[in-house]
Amino acid sequence: MSSRELILARVRRALADAPADDTPYERAVERGYLREHGRRTAEESADLLAENLADYRALVHRCTREELPDLLARLLAERGSRSVVVPPGLPADWLSAVDATRVPDLATSTAAELDRVDSVVTACAVAVAETGTVVLDGGPDQGRRRVTLVPDHHVVVVRVPEQVVASVPQALERLDPARPLTWISGPSATSDIELDRVEGVHGPRTLEVVLVSGH
Amino acid sequence: MSGTFVGMPAFPKAAHEAVQDLTLRGNLRHATHTIRAKRAAAVAEVSDWALLREAGKQIKDHTLRHLDRYLVQVEESVTAAGGTVHWAADADEANRIVTDLVRATGESEVVKVKSMATQEIGLNEALEAEGIHAYETDLAELIVQLGKDRPSHILVPAIHRNRGEIRDIFAREMGAWGRPAPDGLTDTPAELAEAARLHLREKFLRAKVGVSGANFIVAETGTLVVVESEGNGRMCLTLPETLISVVGIEKIVPTWRDLEVFLQTLPRSSTAERMNPYTSTWTGTTDGDGPRDFHLVLLDNGRTDTLADDVGRQALRCIRCSACLNVCPVYERAGGHAYGSVYPGPIGAILSPQLRGTQSEIDASLPYASSLCGACYDVCPVAIDIPEVLVHLRERIVQGGPVTHEGTKVVLKPAKGHAAERAAMRAARWTFGHPGALRTGQRLASRTRRFHPRTLPGPGRAWSGTRDLPQVPAESFRDWWRRTGGDENGPRPGTADGPAKETK
Repeated sequence: MSSRELILARVRRALADAPADDTPYERAVERGYLREHGRRTAEESADLLAENLADYRALVHRCTREELPDLLARLLAERGSRSVVVPPGLPADWLSAVDATRVPDLATSTAAELDRVDSVVTACAVAVAETGTVVLDGGPDQGRRRVTLVPDHHVVVVRVPEQVVASVPQALERLDPARPLTWISGPSATSDIELDRVEGVHGPRTLEVVLVSGH
Repeated sequence: MSGTFVGMPAFPKAAHEAVQDLTLRGNLRHATHTIRAKRAAAVAEVSDWALLREAGKQIKDHTLRHLDRYLVQVEESVTAAGGTVHWAADADEANRIVTDLVRATGESEVVKVKSMATQEIGLNEALEAEGIHAYETDLAELIVQLGKDRPSHILVPAIHRNRGEIRDIFAREMGAWGRPAPDGLTDTPAELAEAARLHLREKFLRAKVGVSGANFIVAETGTLVVVESEGNGRMCLTLPETLISVVGIEKIVPTWRDLEVFLQTLPRSSTAERMNPYTSTWTGTTDGDGPRDFHLVLLDNGRTDTLADDVGRQALRCIRCSACLNVCPVYERAGGHAYGSVYPGPIGAILSPQLRGTQSEIDASLPYASSLCGACYDVCPVAIDIPEVLVHLRERIVQGGPVTHEGTKVVLKPAKGHAAERAAMRAARWTFGHPGALRTGQRLASRTRRFHPRTLPGPGRAWSGTRDLPQVPAESFRDWWRRTGGDENGPRPGTADGPAKETK
């Protein structure tokens, strides 16, 4: 007998005494929990997102669509970044004021090459106000997962209000499980030394989130 | 190579040694008290915690009830998404599968995400025996691996080490494994984290094979989920060409939507955060992004034996948050090593004896490693009634009875060490079934009460060293009832002086 058959047979034998249950799954679980915690306007949700991101040591900036290129240029300049990874679908004008060398996100580039790049700028798929989370789904304006991992400085742009949801349940509804997802809540951190949170281990140690409003 | 748990002494002996270690007790007290208050605050932020907890319990119970169906669904959906599914009945088989998969890549090293399942099966040791180096990349696992130590906590395996000890281990050992620790390394946590970043980066950048576990597998989509903080998980999940994930069969949830419950309860229970810094989800392979080959190893290793026990199976709901360890008064004092398993604390005390059976001294002693205070049940985000399972396992050990071991039903013999207790219980049962004998015995005890010792002799001395023996009353309740002519309406009026005093 293959291990597959063996394990399945063990499971069935283990459950032989369990009472029959053919409740369809939609009715098997009581989901009386909240879809969101409290009612908020779009503006209040954006404020909460900013507050929770900052609480976990992300640097939060807010601007209008028109101010975005100058703000991104300033953030990279202040950091002293000489190179920046640019996902293929990032709106062209976002980095129009940036001096740093643009490094394209290529299938052929190696992790070691990415390790020599200073910064990365991406968009996101959705942001969660209650938890201070930004989710990337590998879309053309976000790039491969590794480009937001290896460089030490990640600037992510959230379109407010359309990309902000209140809660985790609402975020999952918007996301496609077939895509590789990365949920980011603040910069890389660890609680491994005396169960106290310290920022900065393997992921980007500086996370800057730009909440941009207007079209 | 980290130490193993083989041949561990029973819990009382190991704990006796651990509680003498003042550094260990100080480290554990500091860490567990830090996290306790934070967890309570994180949980208090969500007003519907009780409903989330109940939903988490129901999702897991439903999945376990139909586990055969969901296992087949996982196999179909992961395969459809481009992954390859392997089935491992026990630790040896899982280790063999992973070793063969690594060999097939031609590589001789792997980078690892922290994973309880691979700790449980001793994968690092098995790979090492075949000449394959496994590098732990989680900070705490790195501390344990460099220190040739054993993990002592589910979430923070190096919780027994304080920052000074960690500094010493890094300064002494990193050089032998790769990039040495920076000169003049101090014990500030930020510097220690930086040292780990520098040490591991070269390993991440050259890694061709990653090995992980998973917090959840979604059956309907074939999606795996890893919840982490440092980014070492993301490194191992996305940079290598081949990814091998070893996952216990109880990690399945039926639908994508189910994550809305656990992604709220797990981070708050575990690190007391609204959300952990990084959560990765992946479904098979993605063209041009991440590993080209993905293998999922579904691990039984005692889980189906646990499933066969209708009281004990609730332990399979566990999502490995470690909240029960952090609140446990026994864990706080004895530390994780005394539990003789990669699963320490209250959850370990019910999981290890079920996964491994209760034949060994350590496993037979674990259900007693608790005061049954119930704090673990209170904080459990999937409402595992740990005290209930502890008592159930104690009963099984003392009385013996039918259990399932490696898929076969066997009848356990009653444990030898409890013969006197069993004889006493048998005598008590007989006495309570014979009112005349009970009356005679009670009267005899009352009349000789002034001769009763205040402490027990022999092996009972330790027990009565810190406790008063119950005093026998001058008159038993039954005699008082009869003397005062009581019936179902109570004692006769005018005689309600109660039984002779000193009953307390």
